[in-house]
Amino acid sequence: MKKFLPVFSVVLAIVTILSLGLGSTQPKAAAQDQVTITWWHIGTVEAQGTYWQSLADAYMEANPNVTIEITILENEAFKERLVTVMQAGDPPDVFQSWGGGVLWEFAEAGLVRNIAPELEGDWKDSFSAQAALELYGRDGEYYGVPWTWGTVGMFYNKALFAEAGLDPEAPPVTWEEFLAAVQALKDAGITPISLGEGDKWPGHFWWVYLAIRLGGEQAFLDAYNRDGAFTDEPFVQAGEYLQQLIDLEPFPDGFMGLSYNDQAGLMGDGKAAMELMGQWAPSVQIDNSENAGEAIEGNLGWFPFPVIEGGAGNPGDVLGGGDGYAVGSNAEDEAVDFLKFITSAENQAEGAKIWILPTVAAAESAIEDPVLQTILVARNSATYSQLYYDQFLPPAVGQAVNDAVQGLFEGSLTAEDVASAIEDEASFELDE
Amino acid sequence: MSALGAQVRTITRQRDKTHPRRINFGKWGTISLFVLPGLLLFILFVLVPIAKAAQYSLYEWDGFGPLTEYVKFGNYDRLNDHKPFRSAISHSFFIMFLSLTVQLPLAMMLALLVGRGKLRGRKIFRMILFVPFVFSEIITALIWMYVFHPGEGLANVAFGTLIPGFEGQTWLGDRDLVMYSLFAVLTWKYFGFYMILYMAGLQGVSKELEEAARVDGANELQVLRYVTLPLLGSTIRLTIYLSVLGSFQQFAIAWILTRGGSPANSSHLISTYLYKFGIKTFRLGYGSSVAVVLFTISLLFSLGYQRIVLRRDYAD
Repeated sequence: MKKFLPVFSVVLAIVTILSLGLGSTQPKAAAQDQVTITWWHIGTVEAQGTYWQSLADAYMEANPNVTIEITILENEAFKERLVTVMQAGDPPDVFQSWGGGVLWEFAEAGLVRNIAPELEGDWKDSFSAQAALELYGRDGEYYGVPWTWGTVGMFYNKALFAEAGLDPEAPPVTWEEFLAAVQALKDAGITPISLGEGDKWPGHFWWVYLAIRLGGEQAFLDAYNRDGAFTDEPFVQAGEYLQQLIDLEPFPDGFMGLSYNDQAGLMGDGKAAMELMGQWAPSVQIDNSENAGEAIEGNLGWFPFPVIEGGAGNPGDVLGGGDGYAVGSNAEDEAVDFLKFITSAENQAEGAKIWILPTVAAAESAIEDPVLQTILVARNSATYSQLYYDQFLPPAVGQAVNDAVQGLFEGSLTAEDVASAIEDEASFELDE
Repeated sequence: MSALGAQVRTITRQRDKTHPRRINFGKWGTISLFVLPGLLLFILFVLVPIAKAAQYSLYEWDGFGPLTEYVKFGNYDRLNDHKPFRSAISHSFFIMFLSLTVQLPLAMMLALLVGRGKLRGRKIFRMILFVPFVFSEIITALIWMYVFHPGEGLANVAFGTLIPGFEGQTWLGDRDLVMYSLFAVLTWKYFGFYMILYMAGLQGVSKELEEAARVDGANELQVLRYVTLPLLGSTIRLTIYLSVLGSFQQFAIAWILTRGGSPANSSHLISTYLYKFGIKTFRLGYGSSVAVVLFTISLLFSLGYQRIVLRRDYAD
């Protein structure tokens, strides 16, 4: 040990001098250091995986000093793994984020990087989905940007509508008309609504949308700011209206045990007539169908969630959300630059071809699909856009919404039970 | 006992007198040399985390930043009031109870069938029966997701074919069925393990004793009841111990099959409850209180069982 120390210090000194010398003679080499960007995305659908890989390849080709390591995770697995690395204080450089409460929680803990300095200016102005962008920041700071944004709405199979004697070009507008259409489909022996409630979140859209129609923006904000509560009338009524639908038994057999993939597959195979889902639904329908979506091809339509007469919400209000990427706190500048590259007009236009609804104005003209165009109009004209509860609210409250609504579908909870189960968590998490 | 103690003390004192103190230090040096590394690791990775968890459980803490909100026993109060937690405790006991009354006897029966005796091809059976245990828990759960699929899953198809008029069941989406479905999978996965233990135990049962019993006129059932099973006692006691602790610690299969307690938090075990309400919700303080409860149950059982039941197996 005693002999080792002097030798060690000499070696250390030499290494230090050498590295200093190298640094001073070749400053560019230091700037061109190899940078590795770790990137977690959830594009498990084949077309998306290919798209992201092509972007990474293109960026690495233009920037030889950058290596992008992609980790593709399934949605639920991603959420669980992200929480683990976050608690370990080791976030990925670029990762999937839906913005809102969860992202803000990371920001409070200093686990994401503020990209406001890079964002301000042209990059920020290029977004048409400004409301969406706001969910990726707070108090003048931004931690990420959205790359797709859409709304949840009713996808329907026009051929099955026609088979049940419904006009495929005039889908129901009000809740009463909608219930009547469900009954007509059922009478014609068609499963009216596809649902994979085993996964919980597919069903919670129904309850949240009804709450939006019945209570509007104000009821939600009151409950969120604790001027009101989730036990207020619109939220209880949402459960009661949903109960009306559940009583018609419009869902596939065993829907409590089906997954979202099953739900999409039933649509893709033309075995169910409607699906309440976000703008990504068609690509998942095709992915989970038996013949690459042959049964639904050319038959897919979209209409907004039915309006409830006398409800406080505007008919144009939407429940929506999208996907974005956030930047981890340890990320190098290159990671931010890469994010900018992802949301460039050209790359966004490329994405529009595979059902990615762009967030950048200049890419919107690239949308050719009529269904996607309809959704884009609904998104851009919405007066109030409610982000998914399970993203906007603290994780525990979002989880409570999913669980409670699943109980309603199961038949174990009443409309009041659902509201009070959500309020229990909200009063604990939001009163601070 | 006390006489013996006095004798030992006398001897020790005598040795102290005859030997200088230096040697005593040497003895302690040797002991600590052997004990310290293990002890340090044990303290660092077992005792400290336990103490930390106990400390966290008194705070409202989201896992980030320092502990600031001291809530005393607030987390435990909440736990006590939360229905899913109470049902999680009873589910864990339910799984434990069924494991002891169904899984272990089943494993014993199969061990007796294929571990010895005249059954033809028993080596092949032995191998096939052990296969499920070789799969990882994740694989097991995923396979059974398909079996329990409410549409065209194997379970529904098989029952539909065998039983005319059988209505397809939502095995994992129906709160009256889900715990039984889960138990079926746990049994499928783990009986092979206990079977192997019993087979190993059977090797140690002396053939002569059984033969002697037969000569004395005992029938096969009596041989089993009065000779074989008593001689397997230590193995049986061990498997009960492993099975009970295993039931309380089960996580992966339950988590995947029930998708986090579906339907509507009606199918939690203590560990899945901990993960869902303690980790996924960013409530690490709350989660720690669940962990403390789980730890206490396991510790009390473990200590009690070791002291009362396993004591004789540890003798000499």
